[in-house]
Amino acid sequence: MNELPKTGKVEKGASLWRDAWQRLLKNRLAVFGLVVLILMSTAVIVGPAIIEWTTGYTYDFIPDDPTLYRSMPPSAAHWMGTDDAGRDIFARVLQGGRISLLVGIISTAVSLIVGVTYGSIAGYLGGRIDNVMMRIVDILYAIPYILIVIVLLAVFGSSNSPAWIKWLAATVGGEGNQGLSQIILLFFALGLVSWLTMARVVRGQVLSLKNQDFILAARATGVRVPGIIFRHIIPNTLGPVIVYATLTVPSVMLTEAFLSYLGLGVQPPYASWGSLANDGIKNLAIYPWQLIFPGLTMALTLFSLNFLGDGLRDALDPQTRKF
Amino acid sequence: MSEDLIKIRDLKVHYRTGRRLFGSGSDVRAVDGVSLDIRRGETLGLVGESGCGKSTLGRAILRLTEPTSGSISYDGEDLLSLSGGEMRRRRKRLQMIFQDPYASLDPRMTVGQIIAEPIRTFESVSRRDAESRVTRLMETVGLSPKFIRRYPHEFSGGQRQRIGIARALAVEPEFLVADEPISALDVSIQAQILNLLQDLRAEQRLTYLFISHDLRAVRHISDRIAVMYLGRVVELADARDLYDDPLMPYTQALISALPVPDPKVEARRERITLKGEIPSPLDPPEGCHFHTRCPYAVESCKRSTPQLVEIKPRHFAACSRIGPGTPDIRSV
Repeated sequence: MNELPKTGKVEKGASLWRDAWQRLLKNRLAVFGLVVLILMSTAVIVGPAIIEWTTGYTYDFIPDDPTLYRSMPPSAAHWMGTDDAGRDIFARVLQGGRISLLVGIISTAVSLIVGVTYGSIAGYLGGRIDNVMMRIVDILYAIPYILIVIVLLAVFGSSNSPAWIKWLAATVGGEGNQGLSQIILLFFALGLVSWLTMARVVRGQVLSLKNQDFILAARATGVRVPGIIFRHIIPNTLGPVIVYATLTVPSVMLTEAFLSYLGLGVQPPYASWGSLANDGIKNLAIYPWQLIFPGLTMALTLFSLNFLGDGLRDALDPQTRKF
Repeated sequence: MSEDLIKIRDLKVHYRTGRRLFGSGSDVRAVDGVSLDIRRGETLGLVGESGCGKSTLGRAILRLTEPTSGSISYDGEDLLSLSGGEMRRRRKRLQMIFQDPYASLDPRMTVGQIIAEPIRTFESVSRRDAESRVTRLMETVGLSPKFIRRYPHEFSGGQRQRIGIARALAVEPEFLVADEPISALDVSIQAQILNLLQDLRAEQRLTYLFISHDLRAVRHISDRIAVMYLGRVVELADARDLYDDPLMPYTQALISALPVPDPKVEARRERITLKGEIPSPLDPPEGCHFHTRCPYAVESCKRSTPQLVEIKPRHFAACSRIGPGTPDIRSV
């Protein structure tokens, strides 16, 4: 245009991603959530090794004479005290954090893969196929998901788990690792029930996108169908998908905690925040730290995830964007 | 006169709507038997009220909307008989400019990526060559190449429309469908874009189908103008001829609605006000589609469908009440 000076310097544009990132950084709660999550992840990854190296405690270390160490209050040696078997709760909380965060991330990844594929197929093909596919989702929605998970865990749990899960558990944690295969089953069971909303979110996005003029323009310029889906449709659905995934992680973690609390989820010697809380509640009146520390750690993580998710939604969704 | 680049014969685009679980719904006849020739190097203006099917006709020519029946011959080749892949390769020669410059550009791509997409689709060129072609294209349409890494949301409407034009020109097409390219822009920008389109036509020997409901813009840019009403072409003439001497009562009403930029003339201007609404294309009137609103309609108009007839030299109209001997409907 006439009013633009013609200089040789190429100006870098602000992509929508960078715009969103800038908006996210202005949101204090979201930044708080992000920092806490980074610290928490670092702690659960390297923490157990450091504790073991400095003090010799691990999540399943029981001292030779446990009676001397049972249910001790927090001290310099045991920051969060010990549980009723004499194990260091700090080490167990960090180890449990690994399982809890992994459950959240892997189950969300499973729901992401299933949900995005299912939703985009239904949305892009449309018509009768879309109708049938979304009615299936409606039917699954009508069944309480917790019931599905409980049935799955009861049927395929412990010794009945399918061969591929046993194989996976054996590869990761050695032969005959019953507790590990239970955890892996939990990952998939939770993932398989949490993809429903993801599929709906993605389908809605694809439906509104596929009639946009820029998709028509891509067709008019001869772009093939895969090019349209991968270059135009998927990048434009990513915003809401990321937001929804971030909010799925805490809800899955909460479900895991609930199941472990009921004794269906993670089995000893493995621990998760939910199973630690379950152990702690028995002694709540006498040794409150056994519940307080796992509970606080989990609450802090869930808050952070929700803050981050809300921040991402504000940053990525142009409808709620504040100028 | 010059040869025809595009010959459209009896083109129909019907949409099925209101399909229920059992039984079939009714059809929307968006384009209902259009025959048009577009000459190489000309600009054919296509005007009509909203909903008359002009955009659908433009999309159907590029097969972005599949026509129901009829034929489109492009440079002697029938486009409708081509397979999907063959049609995809033809798209190099037929391009389109869209109405809404906000919706027609992918918000997640840079200007450079948007303009380069058709080039990369049709030719295997290096990143560097593609970039230098994009730079040239941006200069051609009046955008500074320094904005090549910017995103569409950082531009104004007029600039975005220039990006859309650059994308359409990227593979050096012969034929451009401009689907209301200026209706979403400010009046001051409209003139700039119109002039740009005119300059480009001369430089790159383009042929345009210029779709608009803005009669003044169409008069400004077109060589010939076709008037559509409810899916049919009702009048076709040279631009000047159509404005000076409209034959169809519908065209007369359209042109009489144009304000004249002279207060004295404007005050005395006689306006033809059409009664009623444009009928639904779901259930168009029998016979001449216009008979429900036509001040000159007679009983026979409800029965027979008029064909496009050459009433005066190079001036066609579809009205059964006028003919070469009696061109003025007011005196019939």
